[in-house]
Amino acid sequence: MSVLVFLENWDGKFKKLSFELVSYASKVAEMLGQPAIALSIGKVDASELEKLAAYGAEKVINIENDSIKAFDEQVYTSMIAEVAQKTGANILVLANNNSGKALAPRLSVRLKAGIASGVSRLPVSINPFVVYKKVYSGKAFANVAIKTEIKIITLAQNSFEVVESSKTFVVEKMNIQPDGKLMKTQVKEVQKQSGKILITDADIVVSGGRGMKSPDNWGPLVELADLLGAATACSRPVSDEGWRSHDEHTGQTGKIIAPNLYFAIGISGATQHLAGVSSSKFIVAINTDKDAPIFEAAQYGIVGDASKVLPKLVEAVKEIKSK
Amino acid sequence: MKILVCISNVPDTTTKVKFVDNSTKIDVNGIQWVINPWDELALTRALELKDDASNGVQTVTVGHVGLISSEPTLRKALAIGADDAIRINIEAGDAYAIAVQLAEAIRNENFDIILCGIESSDHNGSTVGGMLAELLGYPSVTGVSSVKIENGQLVITREIDGGKEIITVPAPFIAVVQKGIAKEPRIAAMRGIMMARTKPIKVVEPQLIDSLTEVINYEMPKPRAACKYVAADDAGQLIVLLQNEAKVI
Ligand SMILES: Cc1cc2nc3c(=O)[nH]c(=O)nc-3n(C[C@H](O)[C@H](O)[C@H](O)COP(=O)(O)OP(=O)(O)OC[C@H]3O[C@@H](n4cnc5c(N)ncnc54)[C@H](O)[C@@H]3O)c2cc1C
Ligand SMILES: Nc1ncnc2c1ncn2[C@@H]1O[C@H](COP(=O)(O)O)[C@@H](O)[C@H]1O
Repeated sequence: MSVLVFLENWDGKFKKLSFELVSYASKVAEMLGQPAIALSIGKVDASELEKLAAYGAEKVINIENDSIKAFDEQVYTSMIAEVAQKTGANILVLANNNSGKALAPRLSVRLKAGIASGVSRLPVSINPFVVYKKVYSGKAFANVAIKTEIKIITLAQNSFEVVESSKTFVVEKMNIQPDGKLMKTQVKEVQKQSGKILITDADIVVSGGRGMKSPDNWGPLVELADLLGAATACSRPVSDEGWRSHDEHTGQTGKIIAPNLYFAIGISGATQHLAGVSSSKFIVAINTDKDAPIFEAAQYGIVGDASKVLPKLVEAVKEIKSK
Repeated sequence: MKILVCISNVPDTTTKVKFVDNSTKIDVNGIQWVINPWDELALTRALELKDDASNGVQTVTVGHVGLISSEPTLRKALAIGADDAIRINIEAGDAYAIAVQLAEAIRNENFDIILCGIESSDHNGSTVGGMLAELLGYPSVTGVSSVKIENGQLVITREIDGGKEIITVPAPFIAVVQKGIAKEPRIAAMRGIMMARTKPIKVVEPQLIDSLTEVINYEMPKPRAACKYVAADDAGQLIVLLQNEAKVI
């Protein structure tokens, strides 16, 4: 039996999310006294694969196959299901991002495995198998029992610390030939933005709302973000008005994020906005209205005008950086 | 072409959730029920596709697993413009149970495009769409921000980390849709509300099927520590606290 964790790669590289997944899987494996096995599909350098050893994977299975030209959900499901059977996996771990959301439910049906998605902690208990997950868009949590023999968990990004625990480590190349008939999606075009920190990956996110008043006022906010190595984000009306691009919109109908630090600047703190950011470890609110609901969600607050406060923050960050 | 939009009936997003019966059930007192926001946008996109006659969309159907108590939500979908509805008459169980009920009810209905939302705002599962696709053996595309029909071919935009992919896929298929699929949800006009009264809701008897998971109980989030205020004139002090106290920068 084993805990199998599926890892996607981004242009042949892993990122912090991958290490969170392996750390999580190996902790679960430890609870069960089983090995953690990582599965990587696609072309990834040996040096990248070896990085996984540092987070507790005992084995990495690598499937590299030139016939896989696109992320086809049926093809990937078949390959992962086959590896799950070969490794006797009784727990599967995937990310709760778009790829995990694509594959986990299909695997659930294929393997007759119950699923709990958006899990943010280690299992509450093993027998019965109970996990803790977000429900009602962060307004509550549920303890969910998975009753099937095989169990699938998707892990919320940034919810589990990476833990180093090196193990003896092997890489195994597995040759799985996907059924060509399944390959139905064809990618015509890929559009990528490069150089931008993704808000889902960022440790710090600096976000502006309608209280920023105009798209012309974003200069100091962006400067603060750049100085902190942070990503920039915004509330929905800001992206609806076209002040900022749509991929910055956080909240229930935008991106759901869990950075270590979230600056909400000129954002009132509507429940739909909080649904996307309430898992942040620290929230800083800057708002002229002392009664704005965002202060109830925040750990640090400044009641004041963003246009006056932001330059002061920029100065203060420059000062600590210069020390 | 026939489109199906799967609709979940959820508490309005501003609802303050409370639990009863030893925190095993949501307190439904005073809750306003609405179409899950993603499903509302999916329905809007389906109707936009139908509006343009060159796309060749004949009907837009909504599918729902739930008891008669969710009919007002289905009527709302009909008022917005769906042609008809299918309701599988059982209280929605876990995602697997919902997906099996849907799959069995629509297997022989020959839908070409099935739209599901990326997540329901109550279960936050992100699972029903993918399960339905696997049960039906259809291809699926998850994280879809655009569905178009160009010369009879389906052209889909899938959001990926830091970008997007333009994909073609043969019908029948399932799109699991997210932000971008439609701009604003379409709202019902008076005429639509009148017409909705006579549009058919087909009630299907459920299959016998067990859930794979079970909610043991609910918990409220731990209350956060009270907000610590820094004076606006002394804003720089915030950065010092974030560095030395919170240790996040
Ligand atoms: C189904 C549904 C889904 C939704 N999904 C989302 C979502 O995903 N994300 C989202 O963000 N919203 C979402 N919304 C909208 C949400 O309800 C709010 O309308 C929105 O979050 C408000 O954005 P805001 O805080 O930027 O603007 P406002 O609510 O207008 O708040 C502006 C704030 O700025 C403050 N302010 C004004 N001047 C200044 C100044 N000079 N300096 C500092 N502060 C100042 C004001 O006091 C106020 O608190 C959704 C709504 C619905 C119905
Ligand atoms: N009871 C239901 N009836 C019909 N469709 C549903 C139901 N519950 C969920 N769905 C669909 O599945 C999507 C994802 O839901 P979930 O997997 O619960 O996050 C929703 O956006 C709906 O499209």
